[in-house]
Amino acid sequence: MRVRLKVWRQKHAHRPGGFHTYETPELNPNMSFLEMLDVVNEELTQRGEEPIAFDHDCREGICGTCSLVINGKPHGPHRGVATCQTYLRSFRDGDEIVVEPFRAKAFPLIKDLIVSRKAFDHIIQAGGFVSVRTGSAPDANALPIPKPDADRAMDAAQCIGCGACVAACKNASAMLFVAAKVSHLALLPQGKVERERRARAMVQAMEAAGFGGCSVTGSCEAVCPKEISLEFIARLNREYGRALLKGPN
Amino acid sequence: MNLLQELWGSSLGRKYVMAVTGACLFLFAVGHMVGNLQVFLGAEPLNAYAHLLQSSPKLLWCARLTLLVIVILHVGSAVALTLENRAARPVAYVQARYEGSSLASRTMLLSGLILGCFVVFHLLHYTVRMPAVNLTGKDFADFQHTLADGTVCPDVYRMMIVGFSHRLVALFYAVGVTLLCFHLGHGVGAMFQSLGLKNRVWGSVVDRAAWVAAGVLWLGYLSIPVAVQLGLGKEVLP
Amino acid sequence: MKLEANIPAGPLAQKWSKYRFDSKLVSPANKRRYKVVVVGAGLAGASAAATLAELGYDVENFVFHDSPRRAHSIAAQGGINAAKNYQNDGDSVRRLFYDTIKGGDFRAREANVYRLAEVSVSIIDQCVAQGVPFAREYGGLLDNRSFGGAQVSRTFYARGQTGQQLLLGAYSALARQAGLGAVKCHTHAEMLDLVVVDGHAKGIIVRNLISGELTRHAADAVVLATGGYGNVFNLSTYARGSNATAIWRAYKRGACFANPCFTQIHPTCIPVSGDYQSKLTLMSESLRNDGRIWVPKQAGDKRPPQDIPEGERDYYLERMYPSFGNLAPRDISSRAAKRVCDEGRGVGESGRGVYLDFAEAIQRLGEATIRERYGNLFAIYKEITDENAYRSPMRIFPAVHYTMGGLWVDYSLMSNLPGLFVLGEANFSDHGANRLGASALMQGLADGYFVLPATIAGYLASQKPDQRPRPDHDAFRQAEEQVRGSVRRLLASQGQRTVASFHKELGQLLWDHCGMARNAAGLKQALDRIPALREEFWRNVRVPGDAEELNQSLERAGRVADFLELAELLCLDALTREESCGGHFREEHQYPDGEAKRDDQNFAFVSAWEYQGPDRPPVLQREPLGYEEVKMTTRSYK
Repeated sequence: MRVRLKVWRQKHAHRPGGFHTYETPELNPNMSFLEMLDVVNEELTQRGEEPIAFDHDCREGICGTCSLVINGKPHGPHRGVATCQTYLRSFRDGDEIVVEPFRAKAFPLIKDLIVSRKAFDHIIQAGGFVSVRTGSAPDANALPIPKPDADRAMDAAQCIGCGACVAACKNASAMLFVAAKVSHLALLPQGKVERERRARAMVQAMEAAGFGGCSVTGSCEAVCPKEISLEFIARLNREYGRALLKGPN
Repeated sequence: MNLLQELWGSSLGRKYVMAVTGACLFLFAVGHMVGNLQVFLGAEPLNAYAHLLQSSPKLLWCARLTLLVIVILHVGSAVALTLENRAARPVAYVQARYEGSSLASRTMLLSGLILGCFVVFHLLHYTVRMPAVNLTGKDFADFQHTLADGTVCPDVYRMMIVGFSHRLVALFYAVGVTLLCFHLGHGVGAMFQSLGLKNRVWGSVVDRAAWVAAGVLWLGYLSIPVAVQLGLGKEVLP
Repeated sequence: MKLEANIPAGPLAQKWSKYRFDSKLVSPANKRRYKVVVVGAGLAGASAAATLAELGYDVENFVFHDSPRRAHSIAAQGGINAAKNYQNDGDSVRRLFYDTIKGGDFRAREANVYRLAEVSVSIIDQCVAQGVPFAREYGGLLDNRSFGGAQVSRTFYARGQTGQQLLLGAYSALARQAGLGAVKCHTHAEMLDLVVVDGHAKGIIVRNLISGELTRHAADAVVLATGGYGNVFNLSTYARGSNATAIWRAYKRGACFANPCFTQIHPTCIPVSGDYQSKLTLMSESLRNDGRIWVPKQAGDKRPPQDIPEGERDYYLERMYPSFGNLAPRDISSRAAKRVCDEGRGVGESGRGVYLDFAEAIQRLGEATIRERYGNLFAIYKEITDENAYRSPMRIFPAVHYTMGGLWVDYSLMSNLPGLFVLGEANFSDHGANRLGASALMQGLADGYFVLPATIAGYLASQKPDQRPRPDHDAFRQAEEQVRGSVRRLLASQGQRTVASFHKELGQLLWDHCGMARNAAGLKQALDRIPALREEFWRNVRVPGDAEELNQSLERAGRVADFLELAELLCLDALTREESCGGHFREEHQYPDGEAKRDDQNFAFVSAWEYQGPDRPPVLQREPLGYEEVKMTTRSYK
């Protein structure tokens, strides 16, 4: 099969960018989408052109490095997978595929399809942790945790920090990302100790980074490679409200 | 006042404001509909009810002002949030699918603003009773009714029948309430979400219940102009 | 040069406490006057950086990723071992120690491995306290599963994403310190050289991957936690960005490289499907708890698996290793798979695959149970192959997965270059010639949370506070110039071939001659061809773009240039080690039944290679392996 790629190219943040169209060589439907970009890049390099810059690393859907908005949807057509787990058999021979970078004020563009997601690190630094020093922990089994709570916490903790939720949201909101971390820790007794401080600090960091608010459209959940539920956003709203009522601490 | 500052200072806080005021407006919409449905009971009960509501001007104005504040907060938070949300994506996508989101959820501001215009018309039509907007050439302020106990009060029943007898006005109301219910279908569910009152057990129930409630409101409100068009109360028409 | 392992005297079980008691300390007020540079933020790097900052050191962390949460530790699926004995099945620190030593085919350092087993229990406590959502039983206590090479259930897990959860735990600890201003996190920052001043590691040269700017970072100690070098094979289960550049450049600055030929080939990966392939995907070893591995008895049997009757199937692991069966260690399982495929009994289009069959387990436990245990793995398999493993067996084949070799370190994790500490997969220390499943996570976190923070004080106490060289020192200037020169050279070549094509060719060469089975003739052939390929690389590579911008071709070119050198050392080490042990299988050294023939008489040592310059062969230093408390036995899983 062959496809036509319409790819956003931009040398760096301060230069204007635009779409370039590339006809791919013959492809194998079992290739991953990123392997297809590898093939295109090999051709470009051989022709003496600069290859398309795109983020990727583990190529098995867990590191959260890959991004891309493929035909208007972050991480491509399928639910519950990242771009690196998208295979060409999801497209048809002759398709035109539009590839854009994640767009958000809080994710400034670096080059071509690569954006900076540092804002996520800043949010976690503000409160996405349990304040425990190495070596000070009690025995792991000293604190029984109901299995449903642990499972639920794991559902939230699966977030890979890719930013697709932001890319998909019409408001470029990071609520699902923040909600996942706040919920993961709020569901566990270890995390409950500083839950108010965490919710307040992480929300403040999120707003300072320039993300939009939540309009409950559900796009984030629909594109999340780990299918993290919108329900966690409700939990974040609850946690934050609780923090407001308890006052600063 | 720290709490209020913080409340308004974050998008989550403004969503709480929007949700709480939205809930008030939703309850008002329900009450208003129930009151209006008394039109089906005839002129006497409806006019008696209307008279009761208006019998204490102080209370009436209190209620009106409260409603006004609620509306201002609701619209104000919506506008503030929208401006922020727009700023969060300075460069738009060439192709955007907004996977998984409903049309209602993406157009809340639009449906809300149009709804606002409709409400203004509605107030001019029946509350201010501005003759120019009712298109029937009559002045609703002239309609009087004498209750069973002899009290003379405005004839709301006749006003409604006359008002909705004009086809264009009836159609405009139909569009207005449809938009209202479209707004509420998403809004009521989102209200629970924003206040953190949803979880995975009843979350989907809440969402479905929101659309059911919106549907009930739609039927209730729509039934009046439709019934008038079909001949309800034609005895009071000239 | 004599390599001194600095193992404390005394009985094995008391060595670590004795070491800690005897170690010098740095007073709290002085700690902030020492700067420690930590390169990498995987399990080892993130946990080390966080813990050092908690202790009060002035820490800077460098990652080439866009965030410290991306390192490939995140992809570890199965679990982490710890000698908690929560299952009451006879586990103990000593048993974990013994399993690990035996699993490593008696080529690991006894004292290090014992310490690892000892510390393992604290890791679980630490992670739980951080909020790592390990799997639990209904009673609320932690659940365990079993893993290859052990007869007890000691593996803690978080669904199929244990590495992710542990890494996010360590990342959160690091983020906390960054938020407090105790760690400065540099992202998109690739270490391109180690700076050595008066024989001590005193800083690094870093390229900012966005601006291309080179910067100098002086420190009192340098910690490398930059992972393994398995991508030298090009196709592997590693992340595409995983590379050996940091450790390789440290090697060229004088740090010894130990046991480079000890590479692990993981038995359960999805087979290669075409030449476009960029990586191989691992299917967690935990699948072997319930899946049965088989091939047809008849060579060339191309019938679909469901048409092959039970009697015509060869469950070869169960047949060859009845006591461990499908849970035989990785090196043994991989080699067995290679053997049956070489006999023409491999399955799938390429004939390079074996079946991993869940039919029996589904019948026994029901599909729902299997789905609960392995659902995400079955989903991954479906995504990649478009096949439903609930209906027909998975096809799997071994792939490069881990490198036991790495920079040489002593008991305190310090390399022969004073001031240079090496943690996690980047060092060689704990897994010998083969690593057991669920032990990589254990080692990374042991090194980062508990070992380094205790041992680094010993070195720092010997250095005066605030006396580190300044970045304008000559050694920094020279190192920076050297890096700038090699970057320029790569861009100037303007040849015909892409970096990827060289990487692919190198990988194939290594896989063919230095993969699951090695022999002298093949290794010599590889040793002939690698220098030629390297020469062609520098003459004929084409790297588009500039140095002063984000340039992914340039990044990869630098990494492949290092792989082209490392590959040679790997083959040289494999050729020199005239025995078979663990992941290193020399065809000349096997028993008649095909089992590995180890030679304790002549090879019970760590090979540590010392760089001598670009035109001279490296010198082999031997660190003899003495076992005080265990007896070296033939490793049998029969």
